[in-house]
Amino acid sequence: MNLLSALGDGLVIARRNLIKLKRVPDVLVFVLLSPIMFVLLFAYVFGSAIDIPGGSYREFLMGGIFGQTVIFGATFTGAGLAEDMQRGIIDRFRSLPMSRAAVVLGRTASDVVYNIITLTVMAVTGLIVGWRIRGSLLDALAAFLLLLLFAYSVSWIMALLGLSVPSPEVLNNASFIVIFPLTFIANTFVPAESLPTVLRVFAEWNPISSLVQAVRELFGNIPPGAPEPASWPLQNPVIYTVFCACLIIAIFAPLSVRRYVRVAKKS
Amino acid sequence: MRDIIQATGLVKRYGDVVALDGLDLSVREGTIVALLGPNGAGKTTAVSVLTTLIEPDEGSATVAGVDVLGDPAEVRKLIGLSGQYAAVDKDLTGFENLDMIGCLYHLGRKKARSRARELLDRFDLADAADRPVKTYSGGMRRRLDLAGALVAESPVLFLDEPTTGLDLISRRELWRLIRTLVDQGATLLLTTQYLEEADRLADDVLVIDKGKTIAHGTVDELKDMVGGERIGIKVTDRDDLPVVNEILGRVAVGELQREERSRTVVAPVSGGARELAAVLQAFEDHQLRISEAVLRRPTLDDVFLALTGASAESREKTPEPAKPGRRGRGSR
Repeated sequence: MNLLSALGDGLVIARRNLIKLKRVPDVLVFVLLSPIMFVLLFAYVFGSAIDIPGGSYREFLMGGIFGQTVIFGATFTGAGLAEDMQRGIIDRFRSLPMSRAAVVLGRTASDVVYNIITLTVMAVTGLIVGWRIRGSLLDALAAFLLLLLFAYSVSWIMALLGLSVPSPEVLNNASFIVIFPLTFIANTFVPAESLPTVLRVFAEWNPISSLVQAVRELFGNIPPGAPEPASWPLQNPVIYTVFCACLIIAIFAPLSVRRYVRVAKKS
Repeated sequence: MRDIIQATGLVKRYGDVVALDGLDLSVREGTIVALLGPNGAGKTTAVSVLTTLIEPDEGSATVAGVDVLGDPAEVRKLIGLSGQYAAVDKDLTGFENLDMIGCLYHLGRKKARSRARELLDRFDLADAADRPVKTYSGGMRRRLDLAGALVAESPVLFLDEPTTGLDLISRRELWRLIRTLVDQGATLLLTTQYLEEADRLADDVLVIDKGKTIAHGTVDELKDMVGGERIGIKVTDRDDLPVVNEILGRVAVGELQREERSRTVVAPVSGGARELAAVLQAFEDHQLRISEAVLRRPTLDDVFLALTGASAESREKTPEPAKPGRRGRGSR
């Protein structure tokens, strides 16, 4: 099956997923409300409790919230696939002359649209509570693209997970166990330098840290006089993040497609 | 006419359960063939193998000359499948479902749309076309699912228990639609546990039991296998049954079928109407109250009974052995 027809079929599936988003309002509500909740919670609960020297913690936080929220959003990919696999429609797909990669490809693609909605809502909420873009517009655009790219790569991890669990409920629990430590042992909410040694090293090489660092730099949200990061990934956050995203896609995309074909065959 | 579907020695095991046990089948082009058998006989498994959904452990099959195991992608271009569980997306409208299927058959956007509208019209779903499928009745979903199998005008169609669980009116409606398909030149393999369905629709019937073909022929040929007519008697009072048995026993050319619960006795006979009259006269002499008396050709149930020693209808009621189907959808 060649790449072009895989993309074409993937688009058909993505279109279907987006129609469903429109039709099943509870998903849409979650897509819209959870980012608002995250921004407000962190801005008002933590934002006013913690001081960082020379800057506003609230502004420092926004990069972290952006990063954490799009990564949480990737859970949709897994849950959506886990749900699809339980439905009769998957029998139809399997009997059609469509690309075997289309179902997974379409799901990860439609989740980019979810993430665009999420990011927009979050940015607007952030602006309302006092977050500002202090860099150039081009840099800000780059920040959003980087968030989308990284979220897209995490979607593929969640896709594999979604195809490996028996039900969407299991996926939600399983993904939280993975996502929570990953997003917290990072510089999302506290500067990486303040962590104890073992956690600090992990945080410094955690691509979520580099993503958040890159986003903060591109939005101009690093407080003036903040110490220069000590590790290579955080000194070159954009390159390191792009590298990690590509690596994740290169590993997990083929694994997910293979998993889909195998799971689909077994029934 | 050539065989458009061919299968030899198909074997499929799920752990200890043998779903297919060396199944052979062949379907001539332009005919309707019914796989008839009780629940758990292996019908759905057979269809799943032929439609490339599962790989058999042994055996081989071709559809329109293409090897099912060697080139499944090519087979999928030639087939339409309508499953036992209506394989449509309930959050999408009827139109969106068919449009999507058309796109995935690579008909092109425009053709997919026009084909979707055309099928919705033909299947009497035009009014509901733009409503989400979750608002549809069971019969409407099945019609939509059947329409899904026809989107690409595939030469070979597989319908897996197309009417299971439907009420009589919806079933008749679906039968009418299915019959029109073959008039348009398609070849159709359908599975059913309803004897009447096979009788109404199929040119040829394969009776399958425990994963094997146990008989093959036209409906008439199968009926001839079990011989001539039957007299069926139903009494009002259960206590009259021994006398009825005795009277029918005198004229029967084979074993009597007795069903205590429905107070029914069926006897194979050779003398036709004359014999029925004689039997009724005998009942009259004994002053028995008869609630039903019929003379009929054997049904496929009689055939099934003769072939397996058990009634197909009665088997339907016994629970099938649990199979490791995926995530609760049982009868794979």
